[in-house]
Formats: sequence, C-alpha cells, structure tokens
Amino acid sequence: MASQGSKRPGFSRRARFGLFAGYVVAITGALVGAGLIIIAIFDPQGFASIRGAVSTVTAPVSASGRGAVQSGGRIDDYIANWWNAGRQNAELRAELDIARRQLIEARATELENRRLRQLVNLIEGESEIIVTARLVNSSLTSARRTATLFAGRNQGVRSGQPVSAADGLVGRIIDSGSSASRVLLLTDRSNIVPVRLTRDGTPAFTTGRGDGQVEVRALEAGRSPFEEGDVLITSGTGGIYPPNVPVAVIIEVFGDSALATPLANPASLDFAIVQPAYEPIVEEDDDPIGNGSAGETATPGFSETP
Amino acid sequence: MSRLRAADENLALVRAQLSLIPAATVIAGSLLCLVPLIAQAPLMPPIALMIFLAWRFLRPEIWPIWAGLPFGLFDDLMSGNPIGSGMLLWTAILLALDFAENRAMWRDYWIDWLLATGALTSYIMGAMVLNALTGGGWIFWPLLPQIAATILLFPLALRLCARLDRRRLML
Repeated sequence: MASQGSKRPGFSRRARFGLFAGYVVAITGALVGAGLIIIAIFDPQGFASIRGAVSTVTAPVSASGRGAVQSGGRIDDYIANWWNAGRQNAELRAELDIARRQLIEARATELENRRLRQLVNLIEGESEIIVTARLVNSSLTSARRTATLFAGRNQGVRSGQPVSAADGLVGRIIDSGSSASRVLLLTDRSNIVPVRLTRDGTPAFTTGRGDGQVEVRALEAGRSPFEEGDVLITSGTGGIYPPNVPVAVIIEVFGDSALATPLANPASLDFAIVQPAYEPIVEEDDDPIGNGSAGETATPGFSETP
Repeated sequence: MSRLRAADENLALVRAQLSLIPAATVIAGSLLCLVPLIAQAPLMPPIALMIFLAWRFLRPEIWPIWAGLPFGLFDDLMSGNPIGSGMLLWTAILLALDFAENRAMWRDYWIDWLLATGALTSYIMGAMVLNALTGGGWIFWPLLPQIAATILLFPLALRLCARLDRRRLML
C-alpha cells in the first residue's frame, strides 16, 4: 500500500489553522512535560503529594484483588510439595536434627547475652511498630521498583520510614498519601542499604539491580570478604534502617562484589511492618557538634535523594 | 415518526459511546498497572502505549497530534514513571511517526511493526533515562525481557484494536 502521508488540510483556511494549532499545542505540551521532569531532577520529592494522592485512590482497587492473587499463586507450590514429599521429608528430618542442636546452643548464648547486658545496664532498643499493612501493587512497567503500601499519613506513615517483613527488610517509604504510600523496594537501583555480614561483621552496602537481586560491595578495598551463603543484616549506619534486620543472602561472588537475593520476597508476603526511621545514638561528650549532626540524622529520609 | 426520531437519537447516543472506545482502551491499558502483583523486575510491557500506537497504525487520523499529552500524563500517574515523561515521550513518538509517514513511500504490516518496535523500544529506554535522571538508577539488562515481550505482543494489540474497531463501525 502506498503511503498516504498525513492529513492534507486542502485550501480551507480553518482546517489549516486547526492543524497548525494542534502542532503548537503538542509541542508546547511536550515542553511542559520536559519542564516537569527538570523540576523533578532538582527536587525528586517535589511531586510526592500528587503521587501520594494517586496511590490513595488506586490502592483500594488493587487491594480488593490481592487476596485472590496470593492464594492463586501458591497452587504450583502445593503441587511441587506433593511430588517431592518423600525426599523432602528425609531432608527436613536431617535439618531438624541440626537445628535442634543449634537451638540449644543459641539458648545458652541468649542466656549469657542477657546476663552480660544486665551487667553493662544496656537498655534494649525496643523497635516500635507504626503500622502493619499490606503491599497491594507495584510498578509493573516502570524501571523503578516501587510498591504501594495500603497505609498512609492517617496511620502515621511518613516518607523515610523503613518497611520490613517477618523474613527481612523490604525497603523504605518514599511518599505517603492519606491512606496509601509508596515503598522503594530493596531491589531498586537507587536504594542503597548499609549492611554487615553476620559471620564476622564486615561492613558493606547493597545496591538494587532492578531485576530482583541486589549487588553487595565491601566498604574496604582489597580481598573479597564474601562467601556464598553469607547472610547480610542491616548495620544501622547512617540512620533510616534500624540495625540487625536480615536483608539478603549471598548467592554468587564476583571479585570484590557479590550478588545476593533479598530474604523477604514482596511478591509472596502477606503483611509488611512500618517502623520509625532509625536515628543512630549520638555520643554526648561533643555537644555542639553532636547537636548539629543529630539535627541532620533526624530527617534522613528527606535529605537523601530516593 | 416520533418513535423513529427516538430510535435515531438512541443510535446517535450509541454511536457517540462507541466512538469513545479507542480512548477507553488506552486508559484501560494504563489501569492494568493496578493489577495486584508485586514484580521484582519490570515485566509488563507498556500496554497503554501499545494500544495507543495500534490505533494510530490502524487509523492514522484517529488521534489529534496532541493526544499523547492527556494519555501520557494519565499513564505516568499509574505506572510510576516521573510525571511528564509520558507527555514528552508519547508526543515525541506521535510527531516522529507523523514525520516518518510524510517521508515514507510505502507502508505495510512489516513496516508498521518495525516503526512500532522503534517507537516502543525508544519509549522504554527513554523512560529509563528519565527515571535515572530523577533519582532512579541506570539499568539496561533487566529491561531486555520487557522490550522483547513488547515487540512480540504488539501484533496482538493490533489484532485487539482491529476487532474493536470493527465492532465500533458495524453499528
């Protein structure tokens, strides 16, 4: 078929003007779009209120279907479990034996730990929970990895608060509407989490890769401290994320970095917990400087670009 | 006579409703982002843009040249891309297609698919770049499955729109 080209307005002056006006509107609108992006480059949180309002409107829609999707998603698990029942049984028995032994050791350690804590009169950091809510949907087409949490400012959720689940860390709040908010997942490219190895406490940080896994890098240069199977927990450095929350497990080591899988899988989790943004305790002997840095760490979620 | 006129008015109303089908399908494509799934990677193709382009290829005069602005803005609000990126990229795609159509000597199914491939790929990459500029990060490899799925699913979107178009014009 020969190409017809776009609509020819002919000799009608009005039609020609209409076509021209269309182009003017289109190009002006595209420039306005570019302007909005430039605003967002300088102030990434600038449109947070609009985003929050949109998620407040859309979250109930997604929430109504979430239960069905979750129960449907487990069917393949049921079948696989049925198929592997015998082998799995033997494996689990062996695992249970080991776990029982370790449990006894852990109890002894816990007892000793408690005694030592009492000795140094350490107040245990009670981690209060702001709200427990569902993750209802996520950015499916966008390159960003965000999810919508069905709880917002009315429940006390604010931008910068960490979100975790029973299995581990999920991410942090980036904007909150009145009854829903958006969570920047651990796997987003811009989400950097300070962690340490449970094995020896080596400090490191994780960066999302955008494909469901995170990249781990050590803070010190030199020989790679990572091994396959190492578990990472948050270190609490820099605020926002409270210490000792499980984050990820290392599955592959390349040179001085490693690839890890997050322990909490947002796709299968029922509820997520929002906690207040963690503020590292500032030492009291350098008061004037301490005050200044305390002021900075008080709002870590706002000063940092998401 | 009055009954005839009433039937006529009724038909006019139905026609008016049917003429909203193209716009409604694009908006429905944006709303698909609300599916209650938590994805760990960008998996879903940009369905709203695919439907928008499918209508554009079926009926080149269906969208005014500024149609990318409202649809793009709505898609930004739903998809989580930075606000304004859809307005910019969708309009740029429409202008580019307009330009290409005036230049092209020939068009058929394969040329349409090729143009759509170019438009959709540049949209996905462009949205990633704009995301990266506004506080996100640069990613490339996780986008490849999405791009492949988009290219392969585009003929399906074209089919869907063709079927709806027939439904729209039969009455």
